[in-house]
Amino acid sequence: MASIDTARQAPTRRFSLNDPVFRGIFYQILVGVLVVLFITWIVNNTAANLQAQNKTSGFDFLGKTAGFDISFSLFPWSRASYYWEAFLVGLTNTMLVAVIGIFLATILGFTLGVARLSSNFIIARLATIYIETIRNIPLLLQLFFWYFAVLKAMPAVRDSLTLPFDTFINQRGLFVPKPIPDDAFTWVWLALIVGIVAWFGIGRWAKLRLYKTGRRFPVFLSGLALTIVLIAASWLLSGAHVTFEPPVLERFNFRGGIALPPEFVALAFGLVIYTAAFIAETVRAGILAVSHGQTEAAQSLGLKESDRLRLVIVPQAMRVIVPPLTSQYLNLTKNSSLGAAIGYPELVNVFSGTALNQTGRAIEIIAMTMAVYLTLSLLTSAIMNWYNARVALVER
Amino acid sequence: MNAQVRTEMAPALPPPRRTSGLILWLRQNLFATPTDTVLTIVGALFILWVGPPLVEFLLTKAVWPGGTVEDCRIEAAGACWAYIGARFNFFIYGFYPIAEYWRPNVVFALAALLIVPLAMPKAPYKLINALLFFVVLPVVTVVLLGGGWFGLRPVPTDQWGGLLVTLIISYVAILGSLPLGILLALGRQSNLPVIKTLCTAFIELWRAVPLITVLFMASIMLPLFLPQGTSIDKLLRALVGVTLFASAYMAEVIRGGLQAIPRGQYEAGASLGLGYWQRMGFIVLPQALKHVIPGIVNIFIALFKDTSLVSIVGIFDLLNTIQAGTSDTNWFSPHQAVTGYIFAAIIYWIFCFSMSRYSMFMERRLNTGHKR
Repeated sequence: MASIDTARQAPTRRFSLNDPVFRGIFYQILVGVLVVLFITWIVNNTAANLQAQNKTSGFDFLGKTAGFDISFSLFPWSRASYYWEAFLVGLTNTMLVAVIGIFLATILGFTLGVARLSSNFIIARLATIYIETIRNIPLLLQLFFWYFAVLKAMPAVRDSLTLPFDTFINQRGLFVPKPIPDDAFTWVWLALIVGIVAWFGIGRWAKLRLYKTGRRFPVFLSGLALTIVLIAASWLLSGAHVTFEPPVLERFNFRGGIALPPEFVALAFGLVIYTAAFIAETVRAGILAVSHGQTEAAQSLGLKESDRLRLVIVPQAMRVIVPPLTSQYLNLTKNSSLGAAIGYPELVNVFSGTALNQTGRAIEIIAMTMAVYLTLSLLTSAIMNWYNARVALVER
Repeated sequence: MNAQVRTEMAPALPPPRRTSGLILWLRQNLFATPTDTVLTIVGALFILWVGPPLVEFLLTKAVWPGGTVEDCRIEAAGACWAYIGARFNFFIYGFYPIAEYWRPNVVFALAALLIVPLAMPKAPYKLINALLFFVVLPVVTVVLLGGGWFGLRPVPTDQWGGLLVTLIISYVAILGSLPLGILLALGRQSNLPVIKTLCTAFIELWRAVPLITVLFMASIMLPLFLPQGTSIDKLLRALVGVTLFASAYMAEVIRGGLQAIPRGQYEAGASLGLGYWQRMGFIVLPQALKHVIPGIVNIFIALFKDTSLVSIVGIFDLLNTIQAGTSDTNWFSPHQAVTGYIFAAIIYWIFCFSMSRYSMFMERRLNTGHKR
């Protein structure tokens, strides 16, 4: 009887596709070579095409004068400005609408998300109708609606609609009073900064004291009160005051104040309305994800309602809410590129639109535009990973 | 010895307080606390403020099909549905030749006929159905719509338009992004570093940029990438862009499903002596895909809405035909544009909302765990 050899033989390496290690290396080289060939093919084609069209390439166009108008920019822009300035104008305009949009969409979204979970029948239904309507209609259609059907249908400058606080709205956009702080107002800013720093200090100290003695300290209220007192004191003592320069109707248009073009208003409005619906769903999912047992456990520990929310429910809900929330912020930033369709001069419109048409440097310009969004997205995911690592459940 | 014995009937207790009925419902849902009461009043006032004008505009004061443009121009007139009625064919078929409308109609009918049983979990013959929908239907669509075969008059793609193009783009993007997404997801999960890096880079690149730049790239740079002299159809360029874009998102959803499959399943497959593709195809993917059907449907919804962006690169999809319709001077009236947008919104909404309900239905069906 032949004995069964149970000793494991070391696998022999063979240059054969039946060997897993060799096979892995083989396929990787194959794919790598194919990708390189594909890219070379594209590069060659592009070079040939560009040559046939007598087009040059390179980034030298950035230093040339642009020679076109931009309807809205945060810093001085003239036809004599350079292309790299056009890039910056587009970038800042994108950032402006994104920051304002994110701020407002967060407020509206959280409100709606909580409202949808409300025990009040009417409020919950209204929030549901809002969310289900807005979420299922394309953003571009909504932007067209706000821009062409609402803002363009506003009365002409002569018959502007007057809103409270010297604010006017007409075909040419939204006109709001401009706050003009005087020099002494610097003290108030300083007081605000000191107040916020002190707020953090109180928070730190309260935490240490809590760990040591077990007694709690109303950090939020005391911090808020301190900041308000500081601001009020500095305001009164320095005699600072803010004058509001209202927009005044002159012969053809409003003068003074801050003029927000209709494209900006429509884009910001559309983005906020649309993204808020998605944020609301994120918030709702986050709150529902905290199991009911947590509420019961907090109740049985004797925590009062506000503490239960603040110390038990919200921190756990935030862990679920924040990752999709950041991707909503990123979506809003990316969606701000739809401003191109209604003529808001953001990055895609100014750079991938006008600048591309004038210079014909398609590859460079589209690459730069994509690089901006790629950077934004990578930054966001880096921050996200850091946050996730910070709040991740500590498990055994 | 007798103190414990009751000698008379205890008085009847009052009936329990309401446990149902309108008043209790109102008290619990509308007027539970003072804050609640205030909210209810504010909400009711809001409904009274918005509701009646909306109903008036959309229904009672609207001009229904059969009305004339003069009716729409009256000061008090509401939505101009007569305009939609008159331009309906344009919104659905674009510039498709009127004599050939039966061709898109047949495609619509076939698609509807195939998709309903495909969406029903209990319907039999899933494999044949899927093959018909994903392999046969595209061929039939190209032949029927494009023409040029079997004596059908050729219709170039720039004459296609309206809802037809919106649906075609969504269909093709779904068709293309599903297999591409599966491959990319498998690649990203692969333990071969080169393939993993390539797939990750591809996915992250497409997910980071807005669709509009992808479409710009597809419409401007794709012709540059191809050998000289190749002309590539405008619709096809957009299709390539949308499909690649969607496949990156699809890959991430499918990756979620792959990660949800316990390691034991992979190992069980390997211990049976199955190769990589057999293991994936027979064991892992069927489970993973089933897990993420709701996620896939959500991508379809996003995709369907995103198709509206092709109007920016000059393709006549539903939104673009609506937008073009607003400058139709024959129907020039105060509410022409608004009515057009509302009509488009209703169509998009019906499609997206039914998909989202379907996704919720599948989620409930697949979620067999215990729920509170």
